Amino acid sequence: MFPFSFEWAWDMSHMVFMGGLWYALSIIGAGLTFCIIKAVIDTSRDGKQEPDHH
Amino acid sequence: MNETPLIPAGVKRCSKWQFSLWMAAVTAVLLWGVYAMFLIWYKGLNQTNMNNAYGFALWIWADLAVIALGGGAFFSGFLTYIIGKKELKNIINFAVIIGFICYSSALLILAIDIGQPLRGWFIFWHANVHSMLTEVAFCLSCYFAVLTIEFIPLILENPKIDKVPFFHHLGHNMHGIMAIFAATGVFLSFFHQGSLGGVAGVLFGRPFAFREHIFIWPFTFFLFTWSAAACGPCFTILVTWITEKITRKKLVKDSVIQLFAKISGWMIITYIIAKTIDTLYWAFVTAPGLGFKLMDFYASPTYNIGLLFTEIVLCGFVPGLILITKRGRENSFSLMTAVILAVIGVCINRWVMVLQVMAVPVLSFNEWYTYMPSWQEIATTVLPVAYGLIVISLAYRYLPVFPQEKELNPID
Repeated sequence: MFPFSFEWAWDMSHMVFMGGLWYALSIIGAGLTFCIIKAVIDTSRDGKQEPDHH
Repeated sequence: MNETPLIPAGVKRCSKWQFSLWMAAVTAVLLWGVYAMFLIWYKGLNQTNMNNAYGFALWIWADLAVIALGGGAFFSGFLTYIIGKKELKNIINFAVIIGFICYSSALLILAIDIGQPLRGWFIFWHANVHSMLTEVAFCLSCYFAVLTIEFIPLILENPKIDKVPFFHHLGHNMHGIMAIFAATGVFLSFFHQGSLGGVAGVLFGRPFAFREHIFIWPFTFFLFTWSAAACGPCFTILVTWITEKITRKKLVKDSVIQLFAKISGWMIITYIIAKTIDTLYWAFVTAPGLGFKLMDFYASPTYNIGLLFTEIVLCGFVPGLILITKRGRENSFSLMTAVILAVIGVCINRWVMVLQVMAVPVLSFNEWYTYMPSWQEIATTVLPVAYGLIVISLAYRYLPVFPQEKELNPID
């Protein structure tokens, strides 16, 4: 899974396979991080105001 | 405890005691499964009737079946967020919940099946990059994360939770970029649904399963993805219909169901044509090339040629033809018959690609192998059904799952 795992090899199979996994995980992680950070900012901007319902 | 603040506004739910009674009954079944699960984890896989002939058994069939049936989630996400079929927003919440249940069940079954769940992470850490099953494990886990992300905004819409500003904004933001998550889900689903089919198709020592390849992918790779996209929506429609019957309410407009059914029908009919071509090529070219005749695979009383007819004609062409015709979709009896047949069809397909593969004798001195699951295997296969009923019941009671419910069931 990581280059420091003992069975890792810098070959095409590892790069395609693990590239796909890390690509998907990066999108999921980045998307979720964006939502959480934006929610923190939005909440702090709202202050004590009542939230508007979407 | 007063439940009213937890129940979405403008909808009616059954009384607390009725709900508790129902939940108690389902929980009893769940506990039976949990007991069997712990028995297997404590005593080991000797609690099952699997053997050297049946390394894959009831669990793997259940696994493949729930993953195919949960395909309604990725396909409805694809249609709604990428193709732009906005009408399906009225059913996508429920499709996501069903997908979430199916995929969490699949992971649970795998955790039981590997016998040593504490080492489950090995498949990630020490990944065999030449294995279709590694790809399945990666995509399955990642897609379950996507489904969880798709489910969270709905949970955050619970009236009580929505009052917390942070959760309100979080749900709103997640809705905002849902198309990105949905697209990721489609990418992941394509590969894990396909690789599950690929596992069977690459078994050149099992001529019943082996198929010709396009590059590195056997035909079964594409057929599995196709069938999940075709029959998954039928399962969503079926569960919606059951929920409507139990709650005695109309929850989704007919126009939405019929659009979903129409798309599913065209997917089924194109899938089953491709499946027929694949079967004919396998029967007349691939299998004879490996020294087998078609009827060698159907010489058992259990696995006879009727099973192939049932899968392709009765549960393939028939539901497909019903669903692509306007009259077939508009008649609720024929619609539900088609939907049920399609669901049975994809389950039969997964059954033969897992269990018949194991049963067929490969060497001339072999007999047909038989296998009967133990009660522990049955209990742990029933467990996800009870779990699913609990999740659906809780979601329906406390979350605004069906956007059209208020309009279709006005409270005086």
